[in-house]
Amino acid sequence: MSDRVRSRQYAGLLIHLTPLFAVLLAFFVGALMLVGLGVNPGTAFKSLLQGAFGNLNAIADTIVKMTPLLFVGLGICISFRGGVLNIGGEGQLVVGALAATAIALAGKGFPGWLLATVALVTGALAGAVWGGIAGFLKAYLNVNEILSTIMLNYIAVYGMNYLLRGPMMDPLQVKLGFFIPQTARLPRAVDLPRLVPTRLHLGALIAILVAIFVYVFLWRTTIGFRIRTVGMSRRAALASGINVRRYTVLGLLLAGLFAGLGGAVEVLGVHHRMFTDGTAFGFTGGAGFNGIVAALFGRLHPLGTIPSSFLFGALLTGANKMQRVVQVPSALIVALNGLIVLFVVGSEVIRRRRLRRLEKLTIVEEEI
Amino acid sequence: MGAGAPRPPFLRRKMRQTVDRVEMRGIVKRFPGVVANDRVDFDVRAGEIHALLGENGAGKSTLMKILYGMYQPDEGEILVNGKRVRFRSPLDAIRAGIGMVHQHFMLVEPFTVAENVALGLPSSRRFVNDLDRVSARIRELAETYGFKVDPRAYIWQLSVGEQQRVEILKVLYRGASVLILDEPTAVLTPQEVEGLFRTLRHMREEGHAIVFISHKLNEVLSISDRITVLRGGQVVGTVPAAEATRTGLARMMVGREVVFRLERPEVEPGEVMLEIRDLWAMGDRGVPALRGVNLEVRAGEIVGLAGVSGNGQRELAEVIVGLRRPQRGAVRIGKTDVTGWPPAALIGLGLSYIPEERIRDGGVPEFSVEDNLVLKDHPFPPFSQGIFLNFPEMAHYADRLIKDFDIRTPSRRTPLKSLSGGNIQKLILARELSRSPKVLIAAQPTRGLDISATEYVRRRILEQREKGTATLLISDDLDEILSLSDRIAVIYEGRIMGVVKSEEADIEELGLMMAGVESR
Ligand SMILES: Nc1ncnc2c1ncn2[C@@H]1O[C@H](COP(=O)(O)OP(=O)(O)OP(=O)(O)O)[C@@H](O)[C@H]1O
Ligand SMILES: [Mg+2]
Repeated sequence: MSDRVRSRQYAGLLIHLTPLFAVLLAFFVGALMLVGLGVNPGTAFKSLLQGAFGNLNAIADTIVKMTPLLFVGLGICISFRGGVLNIGGEGQLVVGALAATAIALAGKGFPGWLLATVALVTGALAGAVWGGIAGFLKAYLNVNEILSTIMLNYIAVYGMNYLLRGPMMDPLQVKLGFFIPQTARLPRAVDLPRLVPTRLHLGALIAILVAIFVYVFLWRTTIGFRIRTVGMSRRAALASGINVRRYTVLGLLLAGLFAGLGGAVEVLGVHHRMFTDGTAFGFTGGAGFNGIVAALFGRLHPLGTIPSSFLFGALLTGANKMQRVVQVPSALIVALNGLIVLFVVGSEVIRRRRLRRLEKLTIVEEEI
Repeated sequence: MGAGAPRPPFLRRKMRQTVDRVEMRGIVKRFPGVVANDRVDFDVRAGEIHALLGENGAGKSTLMKILYGMYQPDEGEILVNGKRVRFRSPLDAIRAGIGMVHQHFMLVEPFTVAENVALGLPSSRRFVNDLDRVSARIRELAETYGFKVDPRAYIWQLSVGEQQRVEILKVLYRGASVLILDEPTAVLTPQEVEGLFRTLRHMREEGHAIVFISHKLNEVLSISDRITVLRGGQVVGTVPAAEATRTGLARMMVGREVVFRLERPEVEPGEVMLEIRDLWAMGDRGVPALRGVNLEVRAGEIVGLAGVSGNGQRELAEVIVGLRRPQRGAVRIGKTDVTGWPPAALIGLGLSYIPEERIRDGGVPEFSVEDNLVLKDHPFPPFSQGIFLNFPEMAHYADRLIKDFDIRTPSRRTPLKSLSGGNIQKLILARELSRSPKVLIAAQPTRGLDISATEYVRRRILEQREKGTATLLISDDLDEILSLSDRIAVIYEGRIMGVVKSEEADIEELGLMMAGVESR
């Protein structure tokens, strides 16, 4: 009898460790690829770990990389729980960043803290509009949100390219005739304060506070309750008097809001100007997509998304270092990242299935 | 492939070993906080119909899900033809010739009948090509057993009763020799029940073994050979149907005497609270489901809407509660014209709704009992202050309703989906009746409830009448309509055929109206 209880607890523990196994498995496959390229995987992974956690600077960089993932991931927690799939993180990051940049440049001379606050808020609002458009299209015109958010990503990128090559281009670039598509450096007064003498800035702290806020919002407020109800059953939500359309819009709008804030934080905290390489990736580093994975890995729980964004942040920073040390093509880093995503998402499916079985069925010992 | 290509595997009549006897011995199944089955012995033989009776939450569905391989027992064993077997999943059970029709249907809504039947088959790789043959076989089976089913219809277009038939067809199609029916008659009209019973008797003669779960004692007495009663997860006893009586069975189930009569004090009806004028609306299949309905319900009055299911009852309820758009006509609550209002505004006016499809419309399966109890009222004090939910108040309220309505649940934090069918219904009733509604739309309020819960719910509806609620009672159960209503309206093909006072109602005449004959 107690044997059975123990075996059940044991199984329960194992199930919760599946994501960890998934990461290890991904690294194992990654190691095979490294061997194939004639690189010693030991050296490679050591440099990866060092790059991510080796010293104060490395840890700070990891947290800096974590920040946009967390912002996007928090928005994802809300929208996915509300039953809408937001694939528009990239575009929302970009418009948030552009709006914050425009405000910061236009407001030169205002007190720094005021200007920075206004820039962050504007960035968030711009993201909210971007997400809200997709929400409106879904709720009122029945346009699939996956399609519309992806389209809005394109629009954001082309808008960015136009602005940075035209009206928003750094006047100095124009004067010198280089025409690099970037804005002027923002006034130093709006730079987000550094927390320790590294690249770590206030944005990370903001993100963590926002995570707590989102947690409270989703589970302790009537609005969060309604969003989750709509996400679970649109029919039951409608029948119990919830304005399903409004909460559909809200879910995407809030997802955009936090991603937009993330974009603004990136500008004020890291880059201090807006630039483009012609794609969204150049500015976001793929945070709009990786944030989705981080949120899923964090089980769509705002607080779970903190450690999972941290993990992915570490991977990104560590990979940079690894690339420099062992001189592997950057494509391999992308592949490794992809592998981890694949294995983690796959393991999540397995974990859920096992967990469901464990809940429903009692684990029975093998007969005979 | 040469000539005489093999028929697709799922159409091949596999020679299954026939099942003579299935036995369950000493079955124990625990869920967090409850022992659903406690050392249960149960058996069913070829050529018999064995009924399983018990209150809501007694463990009937759990026992049958164990037999069907959906749950693994904590203790005990299953024997088929005297040989010990283990079902790791329903697939194993299906292979052993056991089929089950669930209390809550498990059909894929966007698929057709034929697709659903072909879908779950273990080896139907090429079913896409063979839907024609599946359809042909479905028609054949439907004919043999006297069903009316269109294999090309989509599930979402079907009424609950029709979906039920698809579920039964699915099992028959697989050639099961042991058939488990979990409350199959709850959703059927009396005529359909007769049809089902004919089918079941036919199957019994062919040597099928049938387990039949129902809360309706008359049905159980008329169809079954043996009856086993469960209470609190334990077997109270197994008796031959020939020796059983209604009161005896009721006593076994509940553990005390049950009163079948209801007190219906005189209530002077007040003002018209619900008024429906010339209402037209489309059904899901794109044909008009309501064709000019006129009806009024006064405060303190229960109007029963009788009719064969599928004649517009569901659509009428949906239009009134704001889930379906009317094309023409008006709905008034009190003096307010509410035609086309969204549910939120109607709820605010004091409209309560007990939906026919409780799982789909009535609650959120993944949410806790507590959250489901405040699903409608959470934005109002005391359940929230500003935008913040007030958890202590919610908990307090939930505990009170759980107690008042005798909702059997391990705790208020238990997810709704792990409650038994009858207890889910009690939860919805608790939520809707506790809002002191001005107007109550009750669709099949006692469907799936055990006798004491049915008695309780009917008493609550009558109590609500004394408090002045205007109730529209939609029910397929004519006895229920007759025993609760002040007036009875009969609906046929989207029109009200006539309204009679219930004291003056004549079953014969009601039956004629339900068949489409105008009243005098
Ligand atoms: N998956 C589950 N998880 C947790 N508890 C469950 C689960 N399924 C059933 N139970 C509990 O087991 C008990 C028996 O439930 P069961 O569904 O077998 O009742 P039932 O006799 O079929 O009742 P009803 O007539 O209402 O359908 C109930 O207390 C129920 O809450
Ligand atoms: Mg049941």
